[in-house]
Amino acid sequence: MQFKTPMLVGLTFLFFKCADGQILKGFITGKKGAPVSNASVAVRNSYDGAVSDSSGYFSFSYTPSQNDTLEISAIGYQPYLKVIRPADTSLQHIVLTESITEMQAVVIRSAGAFMSGNNKKGVVVSPLDIVTISQNGDITTALKMFPGTQQVGEQEGLFVRGGTAAETKQYMDGAVITNPYFRGPENIAQRGRYNPFLFNGTLFSTGGYSALYGEALSSVVLLNTIDLPERSDMMFTISPLMLEAGTQQLAKNGKSSFGANYRLTFVAPYFQILKPRADFYEGPTYHVADANFRVKTKGGMVKFFASFDQNHIGMRAMDDDSTYLKDQTHVRNYNIYSNIHWQENLGNNWKLNWSNSFSVNKDDIYRKVVDQEYEPVQFSEDAYWMLVKNFTVDDKRTDGETRLVFEKKLHQLDAIRFGTDYHYMQDKMIYNGTDLNITNHTPDLFAELDHYFSNKFAATIGMRTGYASIIDQFNIAPRLSIVYKVGRNQQISGAYGIFYQQPDALYLLRTKDLDYSVATHYIFNYTWMTNYRILRAEAYYKNYDKLIKTVPLGNTDVTYNNKGYGYAKGIDLFWKDKQTIPGFEYWLSYSYIDTKRIYLDYTSELQPSYATPHTGSVVLKRFVMPIKTQFNITYAFATGRPYYYFQQQNSAFKKLDEGITKSYNNVGFSVNYVPYIGNEKKKTHIILVATVSNLLGTRQIFNYTYSYNGLEKYPVTSPARQFFFVGLFLNIGTDRTQQIINDHL
Amino acid sequence: MKQAMTFFTFLLFVAVNAFSQDDKYTAAMKTQLGLFKTAESADSLNNISAAFERIGNAEKTQWVPYYYAALAKIKSGYADKKADKDAVAKTAAGLIEKGEAVQKNSEFYTLRYMNAILQMIVDPMQRFMTFGQQAEEAYSAGIALDANNPRLYYLKGRTVANTPEQFGGGRDAAKEYFQKAVDAAKHFKVSDPLGPTWGGEEAQKELDAK
Repeated sequence: MQFKTPMLVGLTFLFFKCADGQILKGFITGKKGAPVSNASVAVRNSYDGAVSDSSGYFSFSYTPSQNDTLEISAIGYQPYLKVIRPADTSLQHIVLTESITEMQAVVIRSAGAFMSGNNKKGVVVSPLDIVTISQNGDITTALKMFPGTQQVGEQEGLFVRGGTAAETKQYMDGAVITNPYFRGPENIAQRGRYNPFLFNGTLFSTGGYSALYGEALSSVVLLNTIDLPERSDMMFTISPLMLEAGTQQLAKNGKSSFGANYRLTFVAPYFQILKPRADFYEGPTYHVADANFRVKTKGGMVKFFASFDQNHIGMRAMDDDSTYLKDQTHVRNYNIYSNIHWQENLGNNWKLNWSNSFSVNKDDIYRKVVDQEYEPVQFSEDAYWMLVKNFTVDDKRTDGETRLVFEKKLHQLDAIRFGTDYHYMQDKMIYNGTDLNITNHTPDLFAELDHYFSNKFAATIGMRTGYASIIDQFNIAPRLSIVYKVGRNQQISGAYGIFYQQPDALYLLRTKDLDYSVATHYIFNYTWMTNYRILRAEAYYKNYDKLIKTVPLGNTDVTYNNKGYGYAKGIDLFWKDKQTIPGFEYWLSYSYIDTKRIYLDYTSELQPSYATPHTGSVVLKRFVMPIKTQFNITYAFATGRPYYYFQQQNSAFKKLDEGITKSYNNVGFSVNYVPYIGNEKKKTHIILVATVSNLLGTRQIFNYTYSYNGLEKYPVTSPARQFFFVGLFLNIGTDRTQQIINDHL
Repeated sequence: MKQAMTFFTFLLFVAVNAFSQDDKYTAAMKTQLGLFKTAESADSLNNISAAFERIGNAEKTQWVPYYYAALAKIKSGYADKKADKDAVAKTAAGLIEKGEAVQKNSEFYTLRYMNAILQMIVDPMQRFMTFGQQAEEAYSAGIALDANNPRLYYLKGRTVANTPEQFGGGRDAAKEYFQKAVDAAKHFKVSDPLGPTWGGEEAQKELDAK
């Protein structure tokens, strides 16, 4: 019977394994005592455990043994371990510590910012939304549908919260785009150079932006280019206005890609039909050729983009001081822009972002007063107001920027970013035969820290310092942004910052005895956001100091100083809803602004001529499945803008007239017919697009120009009252249907 | 004899112990699978997911518990209309990764497929580009590992059936995939006695429903 003992041991063991010993029960709370439901409770290395109920309670039976460890995990809390004694039958109270996770935490740096992107937290619109409302592929048109911007129709650029267009800077992958728009004659707005589909993320800051950026008093637009394309393809566009051909080739191993596009926009035949008020005797013609190369690296990506653009316009308009003379303006612009961006994970939570841009821009512009036979007319010194209308400008500007940013992820979501950027600028201008040259070096240093006090409360503190060699001035700019979660899907945030901007080259060419202009922003934001609806309300106050002021010298000459100043305060509202009516999406924006400034030729503190108190816009989108057609409507409204006439005489400006334009209304409508939508087997896709801007044909008056004596005024309007576009898009290889629809609304 | 007897006892001891271990695993899995079959509410699916996860954590060498843990988690995301689907998908993705660390196979791609669709349906128009693509990738990768996995065809068929006809979807277009699922089910080789076998029957039902 000697074998009995071990046998018994074996059987006993078997018995114990099958038996459930005792009940373990307890409850789980957070630090403040709120119950934690859906927490997983498990005894390590056993099957025993449970999930806490809605009041945080759990109970389960288990087989106790020595050194049992209880493991508790719950979303939003740090994992918790507890050793339990075998005989412990008491009620366990387990207190979990909150973990700060991206999913739970507030969205930092959200005051002032509209973000577009894919499935990222805090995103207001998708990249598709940006292109959906970009008329003729101009990003600026889309951004003008957000509150805080002005509907300025006669000039390109974004006029944000009482700021001029020059106060907004655009960046591609972190490096500045010095000349984001084509060049045109005065009072003819030009479109942006770059196709919205180059980008898959946009951050449009209407104020209080990050310390990583500077040299913009009002706003920055941060554009991030796409990574590798999904597939190789070719595309063609045929329309009376435009011809385009392009390709994207993805390497077989999926690690690199290259692409090239060429687009010719030729407006002349169109103007022959529409007969605009001004006489366009040449063009407008635009050539754009771009190329890109992207390659994945070990822990990141290198992207290269280059664009070669040329545009020219020749225009004759009635002279403001004469009934038989005309002002003939000719503009020819060449622009080269290249951008190299390297992003790399360096390991140990370090990340590198190296952005570089280089651009050369050449403008050849002349203006002549001509007679009925288009022969130039000469004037004597006595008619100085006519004399200044004849000029030639040859301007060649070279810009290079390099920006190095290091980021280190700290505890949980905390992060620190710091780095440096260096901007070199050279401008060589020949104005009426006189050489004007400037060179500027702008080195900057910056650092920024994100800190989460809890999931509900976070702050970003930043500092930036820079130097500008041409004006020999330093600046120190602090930035602060705080955010607090007030409820499910709701947060309030505030931002403060000081923003410096050097005078434009235009002023520096005249005098280097200038200083930075300064703006101080105070922003308060409330955001309520679900997957389908967004409500965003923002109030701000902005103070301007040391703005450029024009100093009149004699009857025609001027110089500049920094004696301008001003303020802007207002409220911006934004509402987006795609829940109420399925398949139908709409956005509403409204801005109220109270702003005044004294700058340039202003004789006192005035509401600037580009700003109006009330601006609103509506975007409606609907795809009608049975007829495979998408309908889009945009509507923008603005109250009248002020206009002024300042006459320069005997080293003084005099305000001879002022008024307010009629209010502005613009309805845009587009229809896209997509016969093969969703048909994965079709290799060639066709889209027919028809677009009309200013559908109702209302007369839009943006401003007035004056005769020298101030007795006659002429409205500034768009070259044609309405704009029509019809196009056929062919895509061979892959389905770019959605892209083309959105690209040409 | 005495030595032989002791050795025999020792062998028996090892065998019983090993058998009990296996038996315990199978029994626990079968209990949970029984519950899983009838579970409908998000709460019970969550409990079942947690139970499978505990089994997986304790066993360490079995991929099947993680498979069911993730499957139950994803189903809880569908069951609860108010669930934060991104959070559910993130948890499920964690379970999928744990399972794949034990064994990478086409079943986990069926889960990745379901996970992507779960996130896509939050906002199909906006999210199709990302999550539709992710689902397609999971489908292709899963087929590459096992062309006879009926679940992948069945799920793809379901997606096609739910896509509007104007976008190339609809019940007729889905037929092809349901038929593939039925055919694949006939050739599918079970790699684990507790592993999944669904897909074929469900596809047959879809075909019969017409």
